[in-house]
Amino acid sequence: MSSSTNTPTHHTSTIGSIGTPSRRNTELALLVFAVVIPVFAYANVGLAIDDQVPAGLLSYGLGLGLLAGVAHLAVRKFAPYADPLLLPLATLLNGLGLVIIWRLDQSKLLQSIKQAGSAAPRQLMYTALAIALFIGVLFFLKDHRVLQRYTYISMVGALVLLLLPLVPGLGADLTYGAKIWISVAGFSIQPGEFAKIVLAIFFAGYLMVKRDALALASRRFMGLYLPRGRDLGPIIVVWAISILILVFETDLGTSLLFFGMFVIMLYVATERTSWIVFGLLMSAAGAVGVASFEPHVQTRVKAWLDPMHEYLLSQAGVQDGVIHSEQAMQALWAFGSGGTLGTGLGQGHSELIRFAANSDFILATFGEELGLAGVMAILVLYGLIVERGIRTALAARDPFGKLLAVGLSGAFALQVFVVAGGVMGLIPLTGMTMPFLASGGSSVIANWALIAILIRISDTARRPAPAPAPSPDAEMTQVVRP
Amino acid sequence: MNKPLRRIAIFCGLLVLALLLRDNYVQYVQSDSLRSDPHNRRVAIERYATPRGDIVVDGTPITGYAKSKKNGINDFVYKRTYKDGAMWAPVTGYASQAFDASQLEKLDDGILTGNDDRLFFRNTLDMITGKPKQGGNVVTTLNAAAQKAAYQGLLSRGKGAVAAIDPQTGAILALASTPSYDPSTFAGNTNTDAKAWNKLQKKNDPDDPMLNRALRETYPPGSTFKVVTAAAALENGLYTTADQHTSTPLPYFLKDTRTELKNEGNIPCKNATMRVALRFSCNTVFGKIGTDLGKDKMQAEAEKFGFNSEQLTPVRSNASVFPKSMDPAQTALSSIGQFETAATPLQMAMVASAVANNGTLMKPYMVDKLQAPSLDVISQTDPEKLSQPLSEANAQILQSMMETVVKEGTGTKAQIPGVTVGGKTGTAQHGVANSEKPYAWFISYAKLPDGSSPVAVAVVVEDGSANRGDISGGGLAAPIARDVMKAVIDSKK
Repeated sequence: MSSSTNTPTHHTSTIGSIGTPSRRNTELALLVFAVVIPVFAYANVGLAIDDQVPAGLLSYGLGLGLLAGVAHLAVRKFAPYADPLLLPLATLLNGLGLVIIWRLDQSKLLQSIKQAGSAAPRQLMYTALAIALFIGVLFFLKDHRVLQRYTYISMVGALVLLLLPLVPGLGADLTYGAKIWISVAGFSIQPGEFAKIVLAIFFAGYLMVKRDALALASRRFMGLYLPRGRDLGPIIVVWAISILILVFETDLGTSLLFFGMFVIMLYVATERTSWIVFGLLMSAAGAVGVASFEPHVQTRVKAWLDPMHEYLLSQAGVQDGVIHSEQAMQALWAFGSGGTLGTGLGQGHSELIRFAANSDFILATFGEELGLAGVMAILVLYGLIVERGIRTALAARDPFGKLLAVGLSGAFALQVFVVAGGVMGLIPLTGMTMPFLASGGSSVIANWALIAILIRISDTARRPAPAPAPSPDAEMTQVVRP
Repeated sequence: MNKPLRRIAIFCGLLVLALLLRDNYVQYVQSDSLRSDPHNRRVAIERYATPRGDIVVDGTPITGYAKSKKNGINDFVYKRTYKDGAMWAPVTGYASQAFDASQLEKLDDGILTGNDDRLFFRNTLDMITGKPKQGGNVVTTLNAAAQKAAYQGLLSRGKGAVAAIDPQTGAILALASTPSYDPSTFAGNTNTDAKAWNKLQKKNDPDDPMLNRALRETYPPGSTFKVVTAAAALENGLYTTADQHTSTPLPYFLKDTRTELKNEGNIPCKNATMRVALRFSCNTVFGKIGTDLGKDKMQAEAEKFGFNSEQLTPVRSNASVFPKSMDPAQTALSSIGQFETAATPLQMAMVASAVANNGTLMKPYMVDKLQAPSLDVISQTDPEKLSQPLSEANAQILQSMMETVVKEGTGTKAQIPGVTVGGKTGTAQHGVANSEKPYAWFISYAKLPDGSSPVAVAVVVEDGSANRGDISGGGLAAPIARDVMKAVIDSKK
């Protein structure tokens, strides 16, 4: 995929990147698969549940195809040299997510507890909005370096977004425990999803300016470069903010995400391993400290260590001040019951998860109905998005672009790890959603914006350098051939 | 900046790898245990997704199924139903949408739901040919007439239990327990079902109707245990015939104590033969035999009869108890079925069956065969010898003693015209200082003119309402045993 695979058009060329293929046709071919696979999955669900091809199949297929097509045309027009994998990968995940959301909409149990019923049409509308935003980003953001100008505005913006759920009257306690939602004009918004992107912009801009100071002014101690006290400032501030999120919004996932993203970007900017050591120490200290006095976090940890016990407590209706949730165990049962190949779409019982079955826990439905094989495929799709993002960072020619790309990809990877790991019982559960798969407008809109920025950076990175200006000395250095 | 970028790429790869490994662990390694976890509601959903197979007695199903009431989100399609549920509950157990399952319903759940691995091939064929999935059948060894006789007999006496066995095979013919419960009443998952279930729990009903007394309750066996003691005396050569005089003083004091071991009433026990002693149920004679043999020999003989071990029929029975550490006085008490000796009705039926089967004890079982939905036999239980508690010659001596008991002793009420019946009564005291109403026991077998024995039975009646003087194995329990034996013999004609 790099420019070196391309044969130069004529042998005297010295600039390799001239003539880099745009790969737009590859993207289009992949997009066909990314649309056709979910359409088949959709038909499959309908046949399994009602023994007939769902009535909405045509409109769903056309809708998804149209959205993918428009997005593709926008990329072709505004970012012709962009990475060809990102758009198809995101479309495929988004399409499969829609199918599973629709599948859970059919569950009478979830309808009766108002957890599903009309989530799929809403999600399709959010997807359309997200694609519009995606195109908007590509259209208005002609060069990602423009974002560098908004470094400090981004900081303020991110802080506001993060603190919004704490504003009285605005914050909505929709999920058990975690206060990461706000409610505006009847819509529930998860500002954390947007803060992820805005913070990445701030970190990238800030670190680009300060990286030399952070990297070079240090003392060597036991093989580690210890940063100066005043340089430690920013890391302490970010650490403190993530701890505050953890304490006041009781959201383990968001704080881990932000802190992790910052450490990754700091490490890339300074190339100093010592920052990683500090980061790990501080996150460990923060996590242990908070976990020791925050009952919500403690319950999550207990449910992780012994989900069965927590399930039995919830069934027995034990009232001891904290909410005992059966979800962790229900999710494990869903995964286990799926086994290697799954029950087949529409034939599982993941509605037993009840609360957030189609958002935070949507991966469990994939696990039950598509089995180990399906979940591994999904995880590999996520892995590909992340690696294409980091590939973009490697190819980017400017440090800001590198930092922004790796920050966004790293945050995306952490989010996938935290959510999937939580649902599968690898780490304690947190209140975040699977990007693209889960039902929820904020998540799908923010993640499409994230992909748009990565596409913009990769377009800049792979765009051929402008042809060298004709040199006035050209005549004199002409090769003389006999 | 590219070196750290590559490292971050590897780190992100490791995150995904960790997720992949965890996924393999959950969905492959742990898959089976998660899938079959009884708390996993999918197990119950699956159990009630297809018409459940039947439990069959004498070729007739004693169970059935019905479509669950549709109350919106009920995810169970079919519900279990029972015919004469209360009578058969000690055999079937229950299968409830809300409260899991027990006994045969639980143990053979795979066959009944059709999900058993042994049905996999047939299921796959059915899936290809488009036949709807169905459960297989569990064919039991029980005898409907005997079960009815046992249950009706117990109902008229209050609390109690009956176990009847075919001595030649070990096949269980009757297994009744009262008070009982009707598993139909809580087979669904509605509020009515929950109320019915709660009402039956021991904390709400002191009579504990859900206790399977035939298999899971151990009672002091009282004088019926003297059969085991007599077998031990014969097997160990203490006495070689039934009519040899034992040197038993009267009054008899427990060894090393000043406590007299008393007999019930004024009966001829001084130096009585074992036949006379069994006929009149002399505590002194059998107590002394126990002390003379010693605890080890007594224990060895009791364990040959099945004491101190659980029986899997396949429904588990509790282990009956013959105590392991005793002084000679306690050995004497244990040998007449008191002290810590305790037996399930099934255990005492096994004792009678071993004697009736000329000393060979067969392993008791209640499932004859498992059938696929097509009625093909998937597995068949073959009778299996469990042990040889006594030799054929000694068994015949013991038979003649037990037959004397029924002919002219305490068990005359068990007589059946034209059939030789051997038996032993028991009246077991219990409670602190024997303050509570004693249990009435009767164990017996029937022998046909051709010498074969089709049935051995044990009956226990815990009759709290009868007045103390009336409680005796011969009066309360023997008629029930007679009816059960008669029912078996009549059904064979």
